[in-house]
Amino acid sequence: MKRIYLDHAATTPIHPSVKEVMRDVMEDSFGNPSSIHHFGRESRKRLDEARMTMANSINANYESIIFTSGGTEANNLAIFGTAYANRNKGNHIITTNIEHHAVLHPVEQLEKEGFDVTYLPVDEKGMVDIMDVKKALRKDTILVTIMYVNNETGMKQPVQMIGNLLRSRGIPFHTDAVQAYGVEEIDVEELKIDLLTTSSHKIYGPKGVGFLYKREGLNLTQRLYGGEQERTWRSGTENTLAIEGFKKAVEVLKEERTKRYDHYKQLSERLIQALDEKNVEYHINGDLSTEHRVPNILNLSFPGMDVEIFLTNLDLSGVAVSSGSACTAGSIDPSHVLKAMYGEDSPRLRNSIRFSFGMDNTVEEMTLVAERIEKIVNRLSSNV
Amino acid sequence: MIYLDNSATTQPAQEVLKSFQTVSMNYYANPSSIHVGGSEVEKLLFKARTQIAQLLKVNEDEVIFTSGGTESNNLAIKGIAHAHQNRGNHIITTQIEHPAVLQVCKDLEREGFEVTYLPVDESGNINLDDLKKAINENTILVTIMHVNNEIGTIQPIEKIAKLLANYPKITFHTDHVQGFGKVSLPYDMEGLDLITISGHKIHGLKGTGCLIKKRHVQLKPLFHGGSQEGSVRPGTENVAGNVSLAKAMRLAVEKQSQYNRLIALHQKLFDQLEPIDKITINSPKNGAAHIFNFSVLGFKPEVLIHALGEKEIYVSTKSACSSKQDEPSHVIVACGKEQEAGAAIRVSLSINQSEEDIDIFIKEIKNVIQQYKSIMG
Repeated sequence: MKRIYLDHAATTPIHPSVKEVMRDVMEDSFGNPSSIHHFGRESRKRLDEARMTMANSINANYESIIFTSGGTEANNLAIFGTAYANRNKGNHIITTNIEHHAVLHPVEQLEKEGFDVTYLPVDEKGMVDIMDVKKALRKDTILVTIMYVNNETGMKQPVQMIGNLLRSRGIPFHTDAVQAYGVEEIDVEELKIDLLTTSSHKIYGPKGVGFLYKREGLNLTQRLYGGEQERTWRSGTENTLAIEGFKKAVEVLKEERTKRYDHYKQLSERLIQALDEKNVEYHINGDLSTEHRVPNILNLSFPGMDVEIFLTNLDLSGVAVSSGSACTAGSIDPSHVLKAMYGEDSPRLRNSIRFSFGMDNTVEEMTLVAERIEKIVNRLSSNV
Repeated sequence: MIYLDNSATTQPAQEVLKSFQTVSMNYYANPSSIHVGGSEVEKLLFKARTQIAQLLKVNEDEVIFTSGGTESNNLAIKGIAHAHQNRGNHIITTQIEHPAVLQVCKDLEREGFEVTYLPVDESGNINLDDLKKAINENTILVTIMHVNNEIGTIQPIEKIAKLLANYPKITFHTDHVQGFGKVSLPYDMEGLDLITISGHKIHGLKGTGCLIKKRHVQLKPLFHGGSQEGSVRPGTENVAGNVSLAKAMRLAVEKQSQYNRLIALHQKLFDQLEPIDKITINSPKNGAAHIFNFSVLGFKPEVLIHALGEKEIYVSTKSACSSKQDEPSHVIVACGKEQEAGAAIRVSLSINQSEEDIDIFIKEIKNVIQQYKSIMG
């Protein structure tokens, strides 16, 4: 049986070129970038180059890149860091109901500490309305954190409009771009983003590394105290090997972005087409068109199915998918994203699957996946 | 080439690199995913956790993977402070901790916590009576490093743990980054609640480390997000990194028998350098054998480091984390050696260091001092 991995939004395999670079770096560079001798300087030089690559990838300044241990840490640094640094200016934060837990849980913690948080609703397609953002703004708003691409539905939020609005009001705008970075062309100047989170292991790089973009001049309270690494925004000996891998992943991404986008689009369209051919009943959670959706994430509801049984069956048939974010998948609690879109009582909360595509998937696999889904759906429906 | 800056970072062992490569290439799924791929990786992660637990004789749910020593220290200290601020607001530490402990304590002071910084004697040892006297009804945390990273002084962690076992309200944390693999601790000992370990100081990889947190200890997490690491440390697990850490720790324990060799090398450094005019040794004789710190009075350490660098011998001034600052070493100042503090040089050995390396270093440092003396007349 051919195993098909369609869970790339949870994590991606490491790209062959990334492996190669990491293998080389392992062999010949291990110095601590803060050491002043030859080995340290060598590592420092590599680190500087990686920082430059990251900065260029989003049209940012070199100084604005803070390497972290991943997306969760970058989100935590952006949110707690901004909230604590601006406490004297106000205590109101705006976010949405559909953020990743690495944003929602920090914000909830801040709420416990006395901050006032507005959770914006989304429409049936899973999108935030810019008018809602506008209405929620207050004199004491010190941070707006809204994700770029939702990790469960792939729906893009109107970051450009939010950026324009917030810049005109002088309010810091953070966006969790973990799912967007590998697909969308991001220009922080044009989008007027002040803080942006990325993660390496979602773009074919190694786990354990990511970065926070922080516009120069913006103040943050650090989360990790210690040495003066990362211009004191983030202490700790730099994870140089993983950063090298991340750098290569970004370089490959730059070369392949268009190709990847087209491939994902083809996969997503083929899966839909194949399901239609087999008359499998489904509803899209989000939007079938890719005007507002990244093509590598597709969230479908299968009426009459139970997500846990469905997932187990898919897994046994060799198809690795998930019901939502991997960080919540362990428990299979109903998705807070789908809840925000369709309400607590919607059956979609109990019968939806996220497919997330990667460069290693083929169009033929999509036909196979549709066939396996058809079999499972027929078997499970006849059992009822 | 002679690398004598192993307290800044070490060269990863081949076996460690191999584990990292194998895991990152063949097991890439997210361990929190419930499909087969995810559960395979989760098993691997569990195995790494179990190996570390067995090495240290602690329970596997007491091993929390982090991004390294800095994060472990931050998590331990802030985690206790913020979880127990209702009980009290007093913290005890020492004047000679690594910045990843000192700066955290300073930040807590800004938040309103009270911190006692215990003094040390000229060898860098704290006095247990000072500790006893510092404890009051508001004390919630004592954080004292095991092996000092600049001069190698070993604090009496067992005695401290024994003392603190009588104070159930006080949590005891030790920064064990420089001790692991060289000077062991009874990790399962009562009274020893939190232990920081870093990967890249023991021939593991940067970006890896763990915090040992005994079952009864309640911590407030630093990061909020998914429910990884028992929710104490959210974020997708660095599986390959964590497996490589387990490997590095196992190798370090296996190689610990080599440590006796380092004691002889340490003694040799003392014997050869102590008699030299202008040289003062800042390390205690009974300190950890892999760290040797000395000052050449009247010489800027950068000049000596540069001259040694020309000969491909690599040493450092103090902690890499603070070597960019021009300030004198806070550790040596705390030992009451103001003059020496601005001129300190640290030689730090790997567990594999050869005697020949040390002989060459001794010869060259003598040459360099002689040379500069004649120039400066």
